[in-house]
Amino acid sequence: MLSFLIRRSLALLLTLLAAALVVFVVLEVLPGDPALLMLGTEARDDTLAALREQMGLDRPAAERFVRWIAGFLTGDLGTSYTYSVPVAKLIGDRLAITLPLAILALVLSTVIALPLGMLAAAQHNRLGDYAVMGFSQLGMAVPNFWLGIVLTLIFSVTLGWFGSGGFPGWAEGVGPALQALLLPAIALALPEAAILARVTRSAMLETLREDYVRTARAKGLGYTAILVRHVLRNALIPVMTIIGLQFAFLMAGVVVVENVFYLPGLGRLTFQAVTQRDLIVVKDVVVLLTALVVAVNLLVDILYAAIDPRPKSV
Amino acid sequence: MGIVTLFRHRSLGLGAVLTLLLVAMALVSLMWTPYSVTDIAVRERLQGPSLAHWLGTDHLGRDTLSLIMAGAQNSIAVGVVAVGIGLLVGAPLGLLAAARGGLLDQAIGRVVDLTFAFPAILTAILITALTSPGAVNAIAAIGIFNIAVFARVARGAAVQIYGREFVRAATALGRNRFDVAVQHVLPNMTSPLIVQSTIQFAIAILAEAALSYLGLGTRPPQPSWGRMLLDAQTHIYVDPGQAIFPGLAIAMAVLGLNLLGDGLRDVLDPRLRIFRAG
Repeated sequence: MLSFLIRRSLALLLTLLAAALVVFVVLEVLPGDPALLMLGTEARDDTLAALREQMGLDRPAAERFVRWIAGFLTGDLGTSYTYSVPVAKLIGDRLAITLPLAILALVLSTVIALPLGMLAAAQHNRLGDYAVMGFSQLGMAVPNFWLGIVLTLIFSVTLGWFGSGGFPGWAEGVGPALQALLLPAIALALPEAAILARVTRSAMLETLREDYVRTARAKGLGYTAILVRHVLRNALIPVMTIIGLQFAFLMAGVVVVENVFYLPGLGRLTFQAVTQRDLIVVKDVVVLLTALVVAVNLLVDILYAAIDPRPKSV
Repeated sequence: MGIVTLFRHRSLGLGAVLTLLLVAMALVSLMWTPYSVTDIAVRERLQGPSLAHWLGTDHLGRDTLSLIMAGAQNSIAVGVVAVGIGLLVGAPLGLLAAARGGLLDQAIGRVVDLTFAFPAILTAILITALTSPGAVNAIAAIGIFNIAVFARVARGAAVQIYGREFVRAATALGRNRFDVAVQHVLPNMTSPLIVQSTIQFAIAILAEAALSYLGLGTRPPQPSWGRMLLDAQTHIYVDPGQAIFPGLAIAMAVLGLNLLGDGLRDVLDPRLRIFRAG
């Protein structure tokens, strides 16, 4: 297990380094003069020179890359050109919204999908199964940002139960903050729950065909007890892998959904940084989002290996 | 397999009908739409559905039904090109990885893994940071992601086929690697590639809509469903209806393609696992 952990962690570090290199080459090497790209051809020479100095563009690209990576380790990511604040602080503030949002969405998706998948498996080829599969097909077809708009239309514009966007801040209390995150989390969670319910259903159906389930039935164990005690536990292995993969989609989803609800999170920061051509922020945020995705996948691999010994030998 | 047999499969039939509707809508809009999509009539802005405008008008007074019809062209064009890029580059890469194995296989696998660390939205953001927003960026971003998806699916399928008797026999008979790959392995990989193409097409439509909604994809005056939703959201308190129809169009198109993909999977190879990522 220890060698598996070490190998996986090394692979994670290499993937992250490669991802950072791709981002660096795209944003700092390919454009030729990133300062010109950020400020445009109309910019004054002294402004351009100041930005070039701030970005250290007079130094070789390899040195800048090493300094940038070292900055990630020391927490010094430079200063945002648009916001004039350290990027590390900017990201920290925004993560305080995006991480709870992603976690809430992941929890909601799991809480919705597991019972639905179980219901569908228990009612295989009957009404409950068809209803869940219908929900799943519809859920996969609905874009999360449109769901966000429709939820705003129903719960904010028509019923007035929620504000139509923005974030009050955690200082205002957990209640109002969670209220601001609930609709975006539902918009993110439902399409993911649709996929997860399908995976849960097929994993449970596969497990139901196993010999030990037949043995449990022969022993006279009740159907619900078999489903919960024997089938669900074993079906959870593939389900957990999908939950981990879904974190990547949620991270991509927050870029869009935070914009629907005007949430000042990491996704909205990425979008704003691109439209304002603040490349200093774009490269840090993109690498951070990638790091989150890769790290969660590693976590899933470890949990998977802890439950099921087989993948370790692969 | 006859058309009748195909349509007996419920999800395949429904998926095919919805997909044909999408294609028909795009084809008709090439020649005719109820109103011109570039005609601005500010006096008729943000009207609800009526006999003159079945789905109402947008904030510039343009007919929503006409915009949705023309938007189908955009979705199909992005889908076809992005899936085409994925298939034409990714499938040969996957086949090559399976055929050669060893270091090349591992190298292609690592590059694919790295691509998966960047969802299409992040790739589009990186490309937009370099250039200006536009449909080409969206296509490139989705296409790059699709290359990784098709490379993985093709490799998986090819590895299985290389293990079969007839491929081993062809190799034992002294056929060169290229002939074996093209004449024996590739023709047997079509089922998973066809199924994955329909799923990636649906994902491309969703991704293009999201990018256009963010203002990073298709630019006006070219109608796009995602862009329509962005405009509709700005006027949601005045005319909420405008936020419904483009979203329904996206959902119907994606539902059709997903059902078609699932149906084709059941008919062609029920053991196939569909890879869903975007």
